[in-house]
Amino acid sequence: MTDRKFEELGSAEESRVLDAVRRGATRRDLMAMLGAGGMAAATAGSIIGAATQAVAQEPKRGGRIRVSGTSTSTADTLDPAKQSLSTDYARCNMFYNPLTTLDGSLTPRPALAESWDNQAATVWTFKLRDGVTFHDGKPLTAEDVVFSLSRHKDPATASRARSLATQMKEIVATGPREVRITLEAPNADLPVVLGTFHFHIIKAGTSDFSTAIGTGPFLCKEFQPGVRSIATRNPNYWQNNKPYLDEVEFIGIPDEQARVNALLSGDVQLIGGVDPRSVRRIQQTQGFSVFETKSGYYTNLIMRLDQSPGSNPDFVLAMKHLFDRAQMRTAILRNYGVIGNDQPIDPTNRFYFAGLPQRPFDLDKAKFHFQRSGVGSTALPVVCSPAAPNSIDMAQVMQQSAQRIGMNLEVRRVPADGYWSNHWFKHPIGFGAINPRPSADILLTLFFKSDAAWNESAWRNPQFDQLLAAARAETDDAKRRQMYADMQVMIHNGSGIGIPVFQSLLDGHSAKLKGLGAIPVGSLMGYDFAQHVWWEG
Amino acid sequence: MLRLVAARIALGLVSLLLVSLAIFAITSLLPGDAAQEQLGQAATRETVEALRRNLGLDQPGHVRYLRWIGGLLQGDFGRSLVNDMPVAQLIGSRLPNSLMLAAATAAVSVPLALAIGTTAAMWRGTAYDRAVSMLTLSVVSVPEFLVATAAVIVFAVQLRWVSALSAAADITSVGQFFRVFALPVFSLCCVIIAQMVRMTRAALIDQLRAPYVEMAVLKGVGPWRVVLTHALPNAIGPIANAVALSLSYLLGGVIIVETIFNYPGVAKLMVDGVAQRDLPVVQACAMLFCAAYLVLVTTADVVAILANPRLRHG
Repeated sequence: MTDRKFEELGSAEESRVLDAVRRGATRRDLMAMLGAGGMAAATAGSIIGAATQAVAQEPKRGGRIRVSGTSTSTADTLDPAKQSLSTDYARCNMFYNPLTTLDGSLTPRPALAESWDNQAATVWTFKLRDGVTFHDGKPLTAEDVVFSLSRHKDPATASRARSLATQMKEIVATGPREVRITLEAPNADLPVVLGTFHFHIIKAGTSDFSTAIGTGPFLCKEFQPGVRSIATRNPNYWQNNKPYLDEVEFIGIPDEQARVNALLSGDVQLIGGVDPRSVRRIQQTQGFSVFETKSGYYTNLIMRLDQSPGSNPDFVLAMKHLFDRAQMRTAILRNYGVIGNDQPIDPTNRFYFAGLPQRPFDLDKAKFHFQRSGVGSTALPVVCSPAAPNSIDMAQVMQQSAQRIGMNLEVRRVPADGYWSNHWFKHPIGFGAINPRPSADILLTLFFKSDAAWNESAWRNPQFDQLLAAARAETDDAKRRQMYADMQVMIHNGSGIGIPVFQSLLDGHSAKLKGLGAIPVGSLMGYDFAQHVWWEG
Repeated sequence: MLRLVAARIALGLVSLLLVSLAIFAITSLLPGDAAQEQLGQAATRETVEALRRNLGLDQPGHVRYLRWIGGLLQGDFGRSLVNDMPVAQLIGSRLPNSLMLAAATAAVSVPLALAIGTTAAMWRGTAYDRAVSMLTLSVVSVPEFLVATAAVIVFAVQLRWVSALSAAADITSVGQFFRVFALPVFSLCCVIIAQMVRMTRAALIDQLRAPYVEMAVLKGVGPWRVVLTHALPNAIGPIANAVALSLSYLLGGVIIVETIFNYPGVAKLMVDGVAQRDLPVVQACAMLFCAAYLVLVTTADVVAILANPRLRHG
């Protein structure tokens, strides 16, 4: 929390305070300094605390670490458009930058774009930072940005961000360092969209992705898909002093036990994807810690509203009351998570609606609705898979609760292989797993809009669609907040999605690795650890 | 002799062709194709179709197969559907790793297995023989992931003697070689030694019961000489076959050890290929394993013939 306060200052003041602390300024000096800027004493106090702490943890330069993500295969990629797994994000973030970058509250901050403005959230102008060069020495120009963004619209690129890119009607260079983007419809979140990893900026005309020539903090020294990537410090990086590490070797160890063993044996210094069950083992070993990132990551129950039994609203309500959320949180997540409320916006999001009453675990209500639905004691298959993490455990917990009200759930476990193309929302009752998304708008558009390709439960609500479009165009934060609150209520009441818990993302690391923070888009500091962490070896 | 080898090679080529057909047919039966696997959760009809066109997956199966085999005959293994790298390059970067692991394991396990098997046969019925039987049986019954994981926890995590990961690229000295290979070689030895020991023992005992051995013993030949110069050459056929089978396992069957030690070998490449429906990679790996198997078995036969005077001159 203190870190976030400190970030609010903005970089100029930030460095001024840091400088003062380093020079040995007293607390009184600093209070006077910040007070002169019109800052309240309480705020100033906490900022000074954060600054003092930050200087105590002054980043060290140098060192080499090995980091392991959760997967590796020949599908590993350096093509920003093809990134599909967390390991791809972590790898590409070492070599590329997006126009904007998302901070701990998922607010967009300047990266390659130093500033931006808009007319009616429809015509956006981005000014590019001066003096940024690609790894081969070529200066960054507007042309590169136009190329990098436009390629997602071409179906042949097979971009995974195509659905986000189609809203950009026109992308043109209006100067050597200025790009204008005209949207099909207003979107106040465009800077957030452009802060997502698929929109990393590459050199105009790039078609070979066997190596990475970006503007990022590290140079690509070696890339072997399915084996490893080696990143060495970019001496000309545009951000002062960063990165701190000399070299990062990034590998993937798919087996969780093997990953934890590799950390504890000292072979790797940082790992993502720690299972809550392994936390105690890591914490009990001297010299290692676990880092928790609270996030909007969830595994959800899907009840198709266009198929029996989900077409019966009483059945859906019965199921939503069957979640023993507290038990799922303690037994399955070992308390590394927060209770969900059948809507997808989690408490770290700035648009989370805390006023929505929590749906309880209530067998009486569940029984009442179940009997009213008239579904009876026929066996109802619930499709779950290791592809949707924890879904098998969740299905089993639900099965037990269901027995108590005379509902006959049948846990049908299918392999992870091919799950997303063959099973995901193709059964009347099943499970999905949704990664954190950088904005409420993206999340709701992808998974809850009536005509969304991934409208998992086939929930159709024209009023919701209107509200979603209106919220996207709204630049006033207070009004937006109210709209998102209304949408959360609609999903909570009407959709066929049950979200029992939000899962925290856990990393394990050597205690000598410093500087990790929480950016809730993902683990490993929102997959962007490489330029922020340092090694105190 | 030469005729036999030539016939074996011809048969081998036919088997390779059949295997390639079988693999092609089986992978097309798997749900989903490379385009869907690549797009995963993000697959919409439009992007899948565009990607299929890009990858040439919109062509019917037999056309793709013929094109692939045509390329193979010209020495072109094709390109990976997933990352567009030449398959030959992908395999070329992994094969040395697999061969190194296989060689290290073979160098340890074969002499060890032969020594244990021979001594057990010589002293059959003794406490030593029974201990060997018990041990080999129990070791071969323990699944290798358990042996490997337990070894990692004890030797890498607790004692920190060796590395939990095995990255062949990091080897610059002999000491490092041992650090990196100790655990995978140990785990693999546990799996393959037992079979070779039991086969050696059985084959030797069979020979030691034969009249000519009794004759040799009666003529006063010492026990070591009886075994090494009289019985062993006659028993080498089944032993060589057991060794060949074990060694062929080392190339393609070590996926569990490769996974646990994160060792970049060919087996993992093939499993990735299957998971991604990357047909050219799967096909090339299958061909490779099949060819290696055939070469090893043929070698075993040739060795058996050369070692056995009756076959050699017959």
